[in-house]
Amino acid sequence: MKNGDFEPRIVGILCNWCSYAGADLAGISRIKYPANIRIIRVMCSGRVEPTFVLKAFAEGADGVLVSGCHPGDCHYGEGNYKAYARKVLIEKLLHQFGIEKERFKLTWVSANEGERFAQIVSEMVSEIKEIGPYRPPRERMRELQPGAGTPPAPGWLAEEELETAVAGGAVAGE
Amino acid sequence: MPDVRIGVYVCHCGSNIADKVDCAGVAEFAGGLPKVTIARDYQYMCADPGQDLIRKDIKDHKLNRVVVASCSPRMHEPTFRKTLESAGLNAYFFEMANIREHVSWVTEGREQATEKAKALVAAAVARVFYHEPLYERFADMNKRTLVVGGGIAGIEAALKIAASGNQVVIVEKEPSIGGNMAKLDKTFPTLDCSACILTPKMVAAAQDENITLYTYAEVEKVEGYVGNFQVTIRKKARSVDMDKCTGCGICYNKCPAKVPNEFDEGLGMRKAIYVPFPQAVPNKPVIDRQNCTYFQKGKCGVCSKVCPTGAVDYAQEDQLVTEDFGAIIVSTGFETLDPTLGPQWGYGRYDNVITALQFERLVNASGPTQGKVVLKDGTVPKRVAVLHCVGSRDLNFREYCSRFCCMSSLKLAHLAKEKTGGEVYSFYIDMRAFGKGYEEFYNRVMEEGIHFIRGKGTEVIQRAGELFVRTEDTLLGKYREVPVDLVVLNVATVPRADAEKVAQTFGIQRSPDGFFLEAHVKLEPLKTATDGVFIAGGCQGPKDIPDSVSQGAGAAAEALSLIEAGKVKISPVVASVDEARCGGCKACLALCPYGAVDFDDEKKVAVVNEAVCKGCGTCAASCASGAMGVRHFTDEQILAQIGEVLAV
Ligand SMILES: Cc1cc2nc3c(=O)[nH]c(=O)nc-3n(C[C@H](O)[C@H](O)[C@H](O)COP(=O)(O)OP(=O)(O)OC[C@H]3O[C@@H](n4cnc5c(N)ncnc54)[C@H](O)[C@@H]3O)c2cc1C
Ligand code: FES
Repeated sequence: MKNGDFEPRIVGILCNWCSYAGADLAGISRIKYPANIRIIRVMCSGRVEPTFVLKAFAEGADGVLVSGCHPGDCHYGEGNYKAYARKVLIEKLLHQFGIEKERFKLTWVSANEGERFAQIVSEMVSEIKEIGPYRPPRERMRELQPGAGTPPAPGWLAEEELETAVAGGAVAGE
Repeated sequence: MPDVRIGVYVCHCGSNIADKVDCAGVAEFAGGLPKVTIARDYQYMCADPGQDLIRKDIKDHKLNRVVVASCSPRMHEPTFRKTLESAGLNAYFFEMANIREHVSWVTEGREQATEKAKALVAAAVARVFYHEPLYERFADMNKRTLVVGGGIAGIEAALKIAASGNQVVIVEKEPSIGGNMAKLDKTFPTLDCSACILTPKMVAAAQDENITLYTYAEVEKVEGYVGNFQVTIRKKARSVDMDKCTGCGICYNKCPAKVPNEFDEGLGMRKAIYVPFPQAVPNKPVIDRQNCTYFQKGKCGVCSKVCPTGAVDYAQEDQLVTEDFGAIIVSTGFETLDPTLGPQWGYGRYDNVITALQFERLVNASGPTQGKVVLKDGTVPKRVAVLHCVGSRDLNFREYCSRFCCMSSLKLAHLAKEKTGGEVYSFYIDMRAFGKGYEEFYNRVMEEGIHFIRGKGTEVIQRAGELFVRTEDTLLGKYREVPVDLVVLNVATVPRADAEKVAQTFGIQRSPDGFFLEAHVKLEPLKTATDGVFIAGGCQGPKDIPDSVSQGAGAAAEALSLIEAGKVKISPVVASVDEARCGGCKACLALCPYGAVDFDDEKKVAVVNEAVCKGCGTCAASCASGAMGVRHFTDEQILAQIGEVLAV
């Protein structure tokens, strides 16, 4: 597929206190960045469930950006650490679904980093342009000619990764 | 559920949005979305006519949901919620699409901007469908205020609040209040003596029955929320019983251990048991255990022996107290840049290179030389250089301007002239005399015969025992080396070394320069990201005394308006449990940063304590059975939004 005229669509899920405010500041400072991102506000990056990310891909997103406060700055103390712990789980999930890891990003942007926010979006857009549009694994497997390669192998959660994920609250219960 | 009827309003914001977004097109698009009864575009939605339009439509078209596509919800969400309320609709049946900060202001092309605006409107419409009525609750406002940092800003704030009859506690980490201003000799532009105007305020704070001073103390932990903060304060062991001590001073006169005096910026010596400066408040000593012979070697005990009231108490321990407050004012001030970071300035390498604060101490009558400006060898300098902007406006150190540095440099030049009668050279980049009476002060100092050299003093060297300041004189267009006897470095104003820790303790954010971040740079200079926590003075950025005092008074007004209201609104955006779905796994209990989730042992389900919950949603995000939710940020609402945001 030619990536030249491909315009990726990215869902941004941003915490109210830092990253959403940072994105506002980019606007207030009139910093231009690609229109490919559509932003949704949550109160804290710790609110972001893996389901939100999967839902975005299911709806046809080419990328998902989750952004919270810098470590130590979370308005609620440590919601961003929870988000960070869940990142492990989300990345594994995406891998199992055959979704390239470049399509999901967790970043920290403070209320004062309008420029940084614009830069992160610009970079993510060009990275995703590079790898092309997201297509569900099944679609891609159908296209695979016999002998042209093997479908992506499922990736399993390693023991120690599971532990961090559980400790961070990414996995509830046992 | 009654039929959902949504009204959508697309704001032009003058040309701010309309320049980039086809607002009429977006409204037309919105009109075709499911459940949308009416969609309009209008010049200024936040203005009265715009709000009237919404109110009228709610009545005429029986709307029960409203979406406004305009600026950031961080700006006008409260405005429109009130509009709905005034029309008899619950405020939470409202959703905003941010098509200004997130669209028109950041997008190059009109077509992309319009498309993105449509997507955000579609998502908002999908979300608002699932909104539920919520009701704000009220909690009592604790009337006590905590002031952290007893510099001039904090003192001013405390005095103003105390004057209203409300209680204030000042927590100051040093043994005395006063801050940087206490170290100054004279103050620009009037040249009145710093101690003469500061000491009465310090004493007033100590004597005010509504003010409690905790000096030599620090805040360890802050819990709770606006109106009801629980603050844990560490009162460091002073080793002196404040009730017994009369402040007679025999102890520090007899103490044999001598230590460089930090109040005199290391120029003079103090004792191990000491009062930081003669006008200290409280005027009672403290033992510096690091340097006390008794604490280090186990012998001596002179102070204890000579104390007539038996106030010295070596066994004293740090005390942790937890107190309740309704509002908090952080006024922890600033420090100055460590001059050894720039070896080119010669500090620490050459004897007669000192900082501005050291010079303030030299000219001060209660300083290490009783007010005489002398060189290391005791002689009076014949040529003094004052360097402005040392480390300020310098990409290698601090990019920003230290704001009052030109004015304090002028003051130092004046004092140097007055005290030495010698030649005084002032090295400046440009002269920033911005305040009331400041330009006049500049003119006055110029007439005193000081040599102004327009060029940054970039390097101090020593040749054959003589100091030279190197500069590019930009008026002459020449490099110059100016021989001098004493160099005064007016080093940059910088955030306190513990600014990061303090910011995290109080839930304050910081700007890229490291100073504390205000809620809005122009309109909310004293508020922070945390409701009920205010900032004042030099902790927000370099500030002179008039500005620090104004901010202190302003922060007091902020706290008082909360106190006067008597009650604080508590957001209904909190977690809630669907008992039927809760499996009782208790994962949320451990995750909640506030301990707001309890467990009902009988029903075997999680229970949310709404008074304590702040609505971050960490619990909801990790609930395996989907039983835990956050009101106004429910899974349904967010998933609907994600679903539609990609539809266009
Ligand atoms: C060399 C020099 C010359 C100056 N000359 C002038 C002048 O002539 N005229 C003028 O208008 N201004 C002058 N200024 C500026 C003036 O000093 C400031 O405007 C003023 O000190 C700011 O007051 P503040 O209360 O905000 O901060 P500070 O004076 O810094 O006071 C902050 C207080 O908070 C305490 N504190 C810090 N951290 C904590 C913590 N974590 N917990 C508890 N307490 C804490 C500190 O110990 C201190 O007592 C000069 C400054 C300098 C450096
Ligand atoms: S509030 Fe920003 S990450 Fe928690």
